[in-house]
Amino acid sequence: MKKIMQGNEGIARGAWEAGATVGCAYPGTPSSEIMAELSKYKEIYTEWSPNEKVAVEVAHGASLAGGRAIACMKHVGLNVAADPFMTITYTGVKGGFVIVVADDPGQHSSQNEQDSRHWTRFGKVPMLEPADSEECKDFTKIAFDISERFDTPVLLRSETRVSHCDALVELGERKESTIQKGLDQKETPKYVMVPMYSRVRRIAVEERISKLAAYSDAEFPYNSMEINDPSIGFVSSGVSYLYTREVFPHYSFLKLGMVWPLPRDTIAEFFKRVKKVIVVEELDPFFETEIRAMGYKVWHGKDLIPAIGELSPSIVEQSLKKAVEGKNYKAPKVRIKPEDLPRRPPNLCAGCSHRPLFYALKKLGLYVFGDIGCYALAVAPPLSAMHASTCMAACVGGAYGAGKVLGKDGLGKICAVLGDSTFLHGGIGPLMDAVYNKGYSTTLILDNSITAMTGQQEHPGTGYTIQREPASMIDYEQLARAVGVKHVRKVDPYKVEESIEVIREEVNRDEASVIITVNSPCILLRRAKPLDKFKNPFYVVDTDTCRGCAVCLQINCPAISWQEGAGQTKDGHTRKGTGFINKDQCVGCEVCAQICKFEAIVPGAK
Amino acid sequence: MQENGKVTNLFLSGVGGQGTILASNILGEVFLKAGYDVKKSEVHGMAQRGGDVTTHFRFGKKVYSPLIKHGDVDFLISFELLEAARYINWVKPQGKVIINKQEILPPAVSLGQMRYPKDIEKTFKKYFKNHVWVVNGQEIARKLGNIQAANVVLVGAFSNFFSEFKEDQWTDAIKEFLAPKLHDLNIKAFYEGRRALKG
Repeated sequence: MKKIMQGNEGIARGAWEAGATVGCAYPGTPSSEIMAELSKYKEIYTEWSPNEKVAVEVAHGASLAGGRAIACMKHVGLNVAADPFMTITYTGVKGGFVIVVADDPGQHSSQNEQDSRHWTRFGKVPMLEPADSEECKDFTKIAFDISERFDTPVLLRSETRVSHCDALVELGERKESTIQKGLDQKETPKYVMVPMYSRVRRIAVEERISKLAAYSDAEFPYNSMEINDPSIGFVSSGVSYLYTREVFPHYSFLKLGMVWPLPRDTIAEFFKRVKKVIVVEELDPFFETEIRAMGYKVWHGKDLIPAIGELSPSIVEQSLKKAVEGKNYKAPKVRIKPEDLPRRPPNLCAGCSHRPLFYALKKLGLYVFGDIGCYALAVAPPLSAMHASTCMAACVGGAYGAGKVLGKDGLGKICAVLGDSTFLHGGIGPLMDAVYNKGYSTTLILDNSITAMTGQQEHPGTGYTIQREPASMIDYEQLARAVGVKHVRKVDPYKVEESIEVIREEVNRDEASVIITVNSPCILLRRAKPLDKFKNPFYVVDTDTCRGCAVCLQINCPAISWQEGAGQTKDGHTRKGTGFINKDQCVGCEVCAQICKFEAIVPGAK
Repeated sequence: MQENGKVTNLFLSGVGGQGTILASNILGEVFLKAGYDVKKSEVHGMAQRGGDVTTHFRFGKKVYSPLIKHGDVDFLISFELLEAARYINWVKPQGKVIINKQEILPPAVSLGQMRYPKDIEKTFKKYFKNHVWVVNGQEIARKLGNIQAANVVLVGAFSNFFSEFKEDQWTDAIKEFLAPKLHDLNIKAFYEGRRALKG
């Protein structure tokens, strides 16, 4: 039976069919749906782990106990999990262990652009790269077999256009693994990585990668050669292959399903059968560099194809048409210049609790160390209330470190802001540091009771597991006090003036402090009934009193816009226009009414 | 190769929250059941929060690329006027265009820094003549009692281009992706959309 599945769903299906018993992940675009889908299969234990390092460690433990395990993350997640990853490559596995890493070329929803293929050479483990949903399923299944046969973790690399592409998948049955479950104390030298044992394993790692190279040539079924017109041959993988196959269907192709180690004999044969070789790959010249190092002449590669951003059929055609067909690329007719149109960047939702909080920070003129989450959108004008943001939970250490340079001069000027899920991901360590080493930073935890940006995943602070079963729930105040924070405050961000006062007090304090938002669940989190607390269903601008000062526009609410038109208020103040609230979009959070100086924003009547 | 030539390219554009993904899921199910190879690609995550969203949807005997080549769109289905304008250059000269007559203001317009572009319909008609259809999906959905069904109104309008499919094929797919309590509303929305474009 065939079904349309997203690439991520294909990976989950593959893990299920392969008999996986444990799945762990921290959500991150474009990987999040893998674990969400896997959690629907009752035969598999799944979890949202607090971060990717934990996910890999839990999955590794499951593997040592004989279970087939999968850990999934976005590209930057593997940076977090790099520590266990780089040594699990030594210990190897017992039950098959697959680590999925999903890249985001073009940075649709990421802070950087990484080519995760480098991990495979660095970690000396195999990597498979599927091109579509069917391959997502098939490659995941075979990855478990390779893992057990060669005693290695296997990386499966996906990316935005594979993970978030829907395509047809042929469904198969689940087959349980034959690996015996249980732990064996006699295997200590293989699993305890102290120098005397890890030096031995170091050799095993090199032997393994040679065996895998031979396997890739002789047995791996998903490196495929297609010889059509032999004057030009393309070497490619994943979705880049699909783009190239689409644009230049008449030529020859070597599609690499296994990114590493490379099938040297297969590559040699391809070079014999075609005249000139073009390497088409997204991001870095990974294959190109390796193939050149083998001594082959690569006709074209990154000299013509961009190394920045994602590829597409248009970019492949634009880059290579002249070289391949001798004809210039002809761009489609321009009917409207897209650059003349107003852009539509993403924005915080109407009623979002982050909006008033960042408005408060802006009013206080603070330098805001921000973080990864929906609230990063507060950087956009006119809110413009974020000044640094690096990686998950980096703000906590950042704000504290800046204070160490500025000393007393920095008091009242700095804060760190991050969400609940991001704080639990990596914020506890730096918070300890700030207290222990006598910093004065104020850390604001914006608790919206869910991992919001990636599509509402549970975490240790939500009170539910991935299966939506009730679970223990982090008490952020207790946690902060336990690491030694003496000043822990709570604010309701929808009370703008009160929030400003509390934050002002804490950022001026010469000691570490934590402020936790309350009453602030994600506006899209239905179970928290986020709209119930609003007194009125929507607000309207009273045009008798609106003076057109446009303060209401400063919060960048999608429901509020400027309406041009000279006029005057009832009491005779002239104006150039007024604010306008779209009642289809307004949810009645009242923030604009609170900041209006003229009481011109009033409850709307149903 | 010949099979590449037979692929049909649909491009859906709109604003995060308008339900383009549900609409593309319904289309996917219909074309899958009709025996086609289908690929569709869309971006999730941060980009969705009120930002512009697009879906590349391709069907044919065999589809390779999940993304459409710039200038190769056979059908542009836009859920919002400005988001139609943004992708006008993607459409083939003989392509067909279905636009939902709705304006959602982007930040620069809300702030009074730019104007919402005028004459978008006119521009489309200038280039695509009688291959442009404008549907007031939101108004139709509002009359049915829920403006969120505007996406299915558009699916209904689009269904007219595939006379070989029976109405059941569409309504079955709609039922597959929606909770039972929403079936009535959305099936009505489908038929209203289908009628709007015929009339």
